Amino acid sequence: MASIKKKGPLQNLKENIIQHIFQLSGFLAVIILLSILALLLSTAVPAFKEINLKEFFTSTRWDPTSPEKPEYGVLSLLVSTLFVTAGALILAFPVGLAVAAYLSEVASPKIREILKPVIELLAAIPSVVIGFIGLNLVGPAIARIFKLSNGLNALNGSLLLAIMALPTIISLSEDALSAVPFSYVEASLSLGANRFETLIWVKIPAAISGIVASFMLGMGRAIGETMTVLMATGNARAFPHGFLQSVRTITADIAIELGEVPYYTTHYYALFALGLMLFIMTFLVNLVADIILEKQKRMLS
Amino acid sequence: METVPIIPAPEAKIIIEDLNLFYGKKQVLKKINLAIPENKVTAIIGPSGCGKSSLIRTLNRLNDLIPEARVEGKVILDGENIYDPDVDPVVLRKKVGLVFQKPNPFPKSIFDNIAYGLRFGNHKKSEEIQAIVERSLKQAALWDEVKDCLHQSALRLSGGQQQRLCLARALAVEPEIILFDEPCSAIDPIATAKVEELIHQLKKDYTVIIVTHNMQQAARVADFTAFLWLGELIEFDRTEKIFTNPKNKLTEDYITGRFG
Repeated sequence: MASIKKKGPLQNLKENIIQHIFQLSGFLAVIILLSILALLLSTAVPAFKEINLKEFFTSTRWDPTSPEKPEYGVLSLLVSTLFVTAGALILAFPVGLAVAAYLSEVASPKIREILKPVIELLAAIPSVVIGFIGLNLVGPAIARIFKLSNGLNALNGSLLLAIMALPTIISLSEDALSAVPFSYVEASLSLGANRFETLIWVKIPAAISGIVASFMLGMGRAIGETMTVLMATGNARAFPHGFLQSVRTITADIAIELGEVPYYTTHYYALFALGLMLFIMTFLVNLVADIILEKQKRMLS
Repeated sequence: METVPIIPAPEAKIIIEDLNLFYGKKQVLKKINLAIPENKVTAIIGPSGCGKSSLIRTLNRLNDLIPEARVEGKVILDGENIYDPDVDPVVLRKKVGLVFQKPNPFPKSIFDNIAYGLRFGNHKKSEEIQAIVERSLKQAALWDEVKDCLHQSALRLSGGQQQRLCLARALAVEPEIILFDEPCSAIDPIATAKVEELIHQLKKDYTVIIVTHNMQQAARVADFTAFLWLGELIEFDRTEKIFTNPKNKLTEDYITGRFG
């Protein structure tokens, strides 16, 4: 009879090595994330040797290249970013949820099989192409509708970002709605609710964490988007008072100025401080989305 | 085969005439003719896959949810065919409640579960809703256990409590008929005894139809019993007759445990 003790010491070593390789690749993402954070931190902190922290966060004037007195107030950029992002989500969320509801409730399986991948493909359009559309199509349209000299403003950016956030919102919301147990739907219909009432009162509440998470991930993408907003929002460093004003977001500002800034100057460090701020913002949004998704998983199990 | 009508038409709440049900090409129910008596408990027994659940799901048109399901024949409820094109299934389902095999409370509070069905149709005042919630929970013998935690999640209740909650939820919309789809197959014997006791009390006010694969349960709770086999109605009679002196050889084999 063959012995079951066939494992030699060499085999144990092999298994050990393989295990470590997998472990390493698993941790690689964490290592990269921490390295980026460390780089951002180390390059951003020197900025505050010359910039007053209070001024940085409360001043609305961002003019680092002024020959007399460079100013580093991030508020205009920050508010512009939030404006464009919030506008995008206000536009994208109802549309996204409606499309997700259509896909999970109304569309026949055949239509869903075609539509869903096509919608997900929307995410694959390069942002520069969407920016181009904003410059040549959406901009002139906005100018005509609101009788402005040009249509490069926060609304334009919001519209484009809404389109870019839609695939994430639709796809994840649809997943969440479809994951609601069918027994809830049967129970609801058996109690005399119609399909719409079932959607509103049972399916959406049961899927709410997934829907909120989709919203957050869409927002994460919108906050970090650069090229589209750079092309479509008009690049004015003024504090925004409405959606029809030209704005400049944090991402656009970094993209514009980093190419021309002399290295290791306060301006250079300040741009990294902006980057760090963005990093923290998107990180927080993603973290919240993750926590919510995790909660949903536990609730449905 | 021909079945002699056991229930004279005037006493029947539901009359099923030549009912065929198909899932795609597969025929699940074959020419069912059955009259369900009012204010009685009728059990539907038979081996797994014989079409028991499918049959009661045709009674509140829940099979409408399955795209490939097709129904032929008539189901006459209080003189109206529920498969007429001008019937609104949403209104029908308020009249015909269903308690499912697996307890399926919504992930909401106990109160909201019961009040759920009251949202739709004519709006009720909040005191009225509270009164109905209390009455329904009492009818389902759950009130004493949950009256202090009405706003706790229904998912925290035990399986047996959840099943009674589902019954209370169905009762709250004041149906005339209550369908039970193997209501005790997912709960323990003590909870089962409670549910059976409830079914017994319900027939005063409701017409009850219960699907079960448990023959003792049918014998305990039902006044009438229908035996279904491979989608056909083999025999329908008073329960004691079915269990003591069945006419059909198949019925006898099934209830004596020779198959199924």
